[in-house]
This record gives sequence, C-alpha cells and structure tokens, in this order.
Amino acid sequence: MATPNTPLWEVFIRSRNGLAHKHCGSLHAPDATMALQAARDLYTRRGEGLSIWVVPSSAITASDPADKGMMFEPAESKIYRHPTFYEVPEEVGHM
Amino acid sequence: MYTQALNSPEEGSHAEDAVRASRFQARIDAEERIEPNAWMPAAYRKTLVRQISQHAHSEIVGMLPEGNWITRAPSLRRKAALLAKVQDECGHGLYLYAAAETLGASREELVDAMLAGKAKYSSIFNYPTLTWADIGVIGWLVDGAAIMNQIPLCRCSYGPYARAMIRVCKEESFHQRQGYEIMLTLCRGTAEQKAMAQEALNRWWWPVLMMFGPPDQASQHSDASTKWKIKRFSNDELRQKFIDATVPQAQYLGLTMPDPEMKQDEQGHWRHGPIDWNEFKQVLAGNGPCNRDRLAARRKAHADGAWVRDAAAAYAEKRARRQMAQAAE
Repeated sequence: MATPNTPLWEVFIRSRNGLAHKHCGSLHAPDATMALQAARDLYTRRGEGLSIWVVPSSAITASDPADKGMMFEPAESKIYRHPTFYEVPEEVGHM
Repeated sequence: MYTQALNSPEEGSHAEDAVRASRFQARIDAEERIEPNAWMPAAYRKTLVRQISQHAHSEIVGMLPEGNWITRAPSLRRKAALLAKVQDECGHGLYLYAAAETLGASREELVDAMLAGKAKYSSIFNYPTLTWADIGVIGWLVDGAAIMNQIPLCRCSYGPYARAMIRVCKEESFHQRQGYEIMLTLCRGTAEQKAMAQEALNRWWWPVLMMFGPPDQASQHSDASTKWKIKRFSNDELRQKFIDATVPQAQYLGLTMPDPEMKQDEQGHWRHGPIDWNEFKQVLAGNGPCNRDRLAARRKAHADGAWVRDAAAAYAEKRARRQMAQAAE
C-alpha cells in the first residue's frame, strides 16, 4: 500500500533574542501542532533556537526566477541609493 | 524554499533545450548554485534525486546497526551519546529527504521505493555490529569516511543539497570523535578489550574502504556528476585521503590495519592492497550479511507506525472540518 501524503511545512527559527526568524528547512506533519513539535526535534537539537514558526509550504508565493531581471535589475543601476555615492570632504569627518 | 509545486517538468523544443543546457552549464562553471525552481536538465534532476534519496535512505538504515547497542551501552555517558548520535542520523535522513523533495520527488514515493527494496542505500549498513567495539569503529571509521565524502558535497552545485550537507557535516564531527574516544578507551583497557577493538577494526576496515564506491575506472556515474559539480573528487582520491588520515590514528591506538600489503610510498601516501570488489557487488545486490534484516526492520517500523500516521491524519482532518464549520456559522 502506498503511504498517504502528509502536508509539507516550512520551518523558520529565531536563533537569538533580537534576531529575525530565518528559514532553516522543511518537514512533513499532519497539522500545525505536530509540525511545531517535529521542528523542535529536527532543527533545534543543539540549542539553535528560541522560537519557531511553521508555515504550510502551500501558503508561500515565490517569485519566478525567469522574472529575476524585471524584478531586481532596476535597483542595480540606482547607486545613488547608497551612502558611498555621495562625496563628503575628509575634513568633515565621519558622517 | 522547499516545495514540490514549483517543479513541474517543462517541455520545450530540442533547440531551446540546447540553449538552456549551455546556459545551465555556464552557471555551473561559474560556481553558481542551482536552486529548485531554476531550469535544469532532466538528467541532472534524475541524478540528484537518485543520489540524495540514496543518501537519505543510508542515514535512516544507518540507525539500525547502532540502535542495536543503545540498551547495551556500557555506561550512561555512552548511552546518552549513542542515543544522540542515532537521533542525529534520523535528522540527517530527514534533511536529505527534504532536499530530494525540492526536485519534485515526493517523500512517500522515496520511502516506498526503499521499503520495496527498489532503492539502494550505503553498503556499509549491511554488516552486523557484533561487539561494543563495533560502535567505536563505526563512529571513527564509518562516520569518518562519510565526512570525507560529505565535505566536498557542501560545495555541490545544487543549493538545497549543499545546504543540507553543511548542517550534516557540522553534526557529524561529534560522531567521529565519540567513536575514536570509545576506541581509545578500549585500547587503553584490558588485553581483552584491546583485542576486541582490533577484531572490530579487522572486520570493518575493508567494508569501510568500499564506502567510497568502485575504483575510478569502473564508476558509472562519475563523468556527468563531475561536469555538473555534484562530485568534486573521484572515488579513489577520496579513499586515498581517508586512508592517509586514518593510518596515523590507528597507530596512535596501537592497532594494526588488517592489510598485509599496506605500505607508505615515497610521497607519504599509505597504499592499500587489493579490495575484494566482488564482496561489494554481492552486498549491493542484496546478499550482504544483514540486507534482509535491515529491510525487514524498516518495513516493520513503517507498518507498526501506520496507526499513528492514520490517527494523526484523521485528527488533523477532524479539526480542519470543525474550523470550517465554525467559520461558516
């Protein structure tokens, strides 16, 4: 008999107080409670985290790599958005 | 992101494929990582699904020879360490299944293929663990050989596999050290304990060398895998690296390598005698000492857990129905 499908979840962990939750992997679980428990066993065996988020993978909308140019290229030419674009004389000191 | 939904195989004309294939190879040559939703040749995807799922199965089956000793570990310290190690192997299997799934394979298909005996796993786990010293040798040599294989995989061209391997390698280092510590304790113990360590080394040495796979002339997967930067060193190169690292460790323990032909060449490399590749073929073909036991144990565990999966799925469904009904009110 084929094994029935179990939903996929994405796991995000906050490693330290003050840091953001970061994606660390995925797992299968029938519901959110079990996904949290499995994430704790699978991804925090060595004190890797203080907080876990689990999100159904099906709830994530991702950008298409084919649209990479359209999405991200416009920002590349806008170097005036970075502080190093502007000249400040050395005498003025750190700014 | 680790989803299956993005991986529908794309169809296109052959001319278009050739353009995409050369663009793909250019990305590989530039040391870019390939991510799940990027275009990739069907053969690359197939090779990776095969390799990553075999790797995952190996981690899962690899729990069995060591699990055999958890209740018989000689002290609480050893028992806690062995339990943690076996838990890690399970975790490694799960990271790897997740990486394989990003290529469009489903977890259930992969697991079912293993249970049906259609998928391979590392030949090494078809050998029995007869004494406590075997647990030392497994940590020291089996995990040592696995690390040697896995470190280059941290730079594999496929992003999710490389990231899983980074995590695995970080955790494996404790495995090897705890194994060596067991060996050191036995070798500093009574004459019987030292003999037990030597006897375990004698049994495991050759199967461990086989873990690196067939000699370079005979390996069927290497060429394409090298071109795609899935594989960065040949089987023989890794085997040699492993032997050179291991011989001094055995000398420190006061143990003898069970290879009368082993000698150091002028460049300082330790050269091994002939490996019995027929034994390797037999073990891969299902005729190793424990192949049947291992599969039977996996099937039993899977069947015994069926009611838990069923109950969890039924409970999740009931709760979801209730929430829907409440929302409708």
